[in-house]
Amino acid sequence: MPGPRLERVREMVRKELLQVFRDSRLKRMVFLAPIFQLLAFGYAVSTDVRRTSTFVVDQDHTRASRDLTDTFVASGYFRIVGRSDRPRDMVEALDHGRAIVGLHLPRGFSRDAARNNARMQIVFDGTNSNTATVARVNAERIVQIYALRLGGLEGHPPLELRDRAWFNPELRSRDYNVPAVMGAIMLILSLILTSLAVVREREIGTLEQLMVSPLQPRELVIGKTAPFALICLGDLLVIAAVAILWFRVPFHGNFLLLVLAGVLYLLSTLGLGLLISTVSNTQQEAVLTSFLVIMPTMLLSGFMFPVSSMPEVFQWLTLLNPLRHFLEIVRAIFLKGAGLDALWPQYAALLAMGTGVLGFAATRFRKTIA
Amino acid sequence: MLNRTRLLAVARKEALQLRRDPRSLILSFVLPVLLLVFFGYAITWDVTDIRTAVVDLDGTARARELVDAFHASGRFSIVARLERTADIGPLLDRGRIRIALVIPRGFAADLGTGRVAQLQAIVDGSDANTATIALGYTQAIAQQFSARILFQTRRVQLPVSAESRVWYNEELASRNMIVPGLVAVIMMIIAGMLTSLTIAREWERGTMEQLASTPVSRAEVVLGKLLPYLAIGLVDVALCSLLGVLLFGVPFRGNAFFLMGASFAFLTGALGLGMFISAVARTQLLATQIGMIATFLPAFLLSGFMFSIDNMPLPLRVLTYFVPARYFLVVTRGVFLKGVGPDVLWIQGLLMIAFAVAGLTLAVRAFHKEIS
Repeated sequence: MPGPRLERVREMVRKELLQVFRDSRLKRMVFLAPIFQLLAFGYAVSTDVRRTSTFVVDQDHTRASRDLTDTFVASGYFRIVGRSDRPRDMVEALDHGRAIVGLHLPRGFSRDAARNNARMQIVFDGTNSNTATVARVNAERIVQIYALRLGGLEGHPPLELRDRAWFNPELRSRDYNVPAVMGAIMLILSLILTSLAVVREREIGTLEQLMVSPLQPRELVIGKTAPFALICLGDLLVIAAVAILWFRVPFHGNFLLLVLAGVLYLLSTLGLGLLISTVSNTQQEAVLTSFLVIMPTMLLSGFMFPVSSMPEVFQWLTLLNPLRHFLEIVRAIFLKGAGLDALWPQYAALLAMGTGVLGFAATRFRKTIA
Repeated sequence: MLNRTRLLAVARKEALQLRRDPRSLILSFVLPVLLLVFFGYAITWDVTDIRTAVVDLDGTARARELVDAFHASGRFSIVARLERTADIGPLLDRGRIRIALVIPRGFAADLGTGRVAQLQAIVDGSDANTATIALGYTQAIAQQFSARILFQTRRVQLPVSAESRVWYNEELASRNMIVPGLVAVIMMIIAGMLTSLTIAREWERGTMEQLASTPVSRAEVVLGKLLPYLAIGLVDVALCSLLGVLLFGVPFRGNAFFLMGASFAFLTGALGLGMFISAVARTQLLATQIGMIATFLPAFLLSGFMFSIDNMPLPLRVLTYFVPARYFLVVTRGVFLKGVGPDVLWIQGLLMIAFAVAGLTLAVRAFHKEIS
């Protein structure tokens, strides 16, 4: 069997790209989807906890009680959304969701503080477990600092914590989330574009025409995947540029290694797209199936939910997920500046999975069109 | 005017079409259950078993006491004990540990003489969220240790102590926060992915002209097409709530009828929006894409489902007011976790009804333009 002929493949790639870019709405999708996701993950998806809305019930009305609330505000972690001297109002504010934290300083607070046994109550709305956990730690620390000062200990507890965060010193969740968008976008685009490109031809009956053309099955496979690989790699570059230039995410690694990871990752995702096309007869089926594949792939990748918190069975399962490996590479290259010496297992996994999935998909694809 | 026979005929046709399409059915019933099981069982933000390395340069009983406090908290699993701080780097680089605790030489001596002793924590900050929480736990343990030392060495009790209580989600499990929110997200998936196809499909297949030539009015078409999806959505709400409560122990403290009523209104609005998109987009591909961006993603990202709205920059916070899922989420969480009812949630209830009216109106009007 003769090998793939370059000019025939080139023509097909040209045709596919033309088809995407002629469709102005499809074109907009290809460019808008990454931008939309970038904006969302750059701005909306922040897990940093600041300015937590707080309701204060001060039944003491003394300088000490006011000092304490001021300390809360001054920390920057809390903002006061309401004050009252009836605990009932606090309950209502939490029930309505107007406040997430309630401070209750009972009558006699400052008198008891002088006798070293003042108690205050802090109530947290646990609905958002993440916010509540962080807010609680912050609140308790503020109370302790206040207590030390009040006790004449000048705010120095006997044990002081000096913390330092490596790789992301300011602990900005953006630095972790924004580069990962490239993994999600490449998954979505390559699955949907590849599967649709084949199924569309099947729906309008031009797949038969392609089959009687001198194109070989192998050329057809390349022609149906290469253009979308180019688009996805383009998106990778765009996302990397926006992450670095606009969101100021540090980039410590090697850019060529990032592109290499992208290429290896695309082998798997394009293969998946091709596989979906073999089991779908209509565009609708293709889109729905893509969606059914995309959802679990994203959820079990560490994209938003850390793999290390999953039960062990699921942690093992994620090893079969190309997105997991790709994200590990992307984050390590961006934030840690890691190289092949640390990341070779991930590269090897992507290569193995990619050739496996794409090879299997190509065989099945040839069978369905033959 | 609405004619019941014609309305039901359209609904029956749509339901038949749905039944013959196994993939839509999977999306309608299997995906919600799958998501629920994922979120209920596998995916969590709770930070447990933080892989920790300890570098104890002091080697005293006090230092061991501190390490034991970390161990006893149940949050930290100590996977390495190192001799030198230089060994921390490689472990962090390779992601073997999340945090390293360094107890410097002279730690116990400082505590004994009333000087400020230090505990150093070096955390892998790349996953900022996990790192923040891990540091939070570290901070909390250091504080408790401090208070104990104060009491033991100087007989000093801190003048003020805080008693923390967590309401609504007492064990602070992310499962309890996500399952009620999932109800809203799943409905948006159905609206965005399934409904957005219905009218575009008729256009692409050329059956729209046939439909237009029948005596069916546009309101009948829109409502008729909507009914089967409405049924699916309501079954999903019930299914998710039941599974969440029975299988994953998510508390349900409110009134089930109120939840169903609000779901009904929200779903009507979401489906109407999906149909509107479908009528405007005309092709199935574009309809699903717009559906994703206009319904599903905002419900996922901008509703407060997982990411707190308080933390968003102002323009986005303003935008969230236009995301109906935001209000619906207040209802589901209110009913599930807070056990509140219409007396607290009446604003959200009214907004749901307004959304339903708006969605239906949009769908009927857009559909009108297409036929003429």
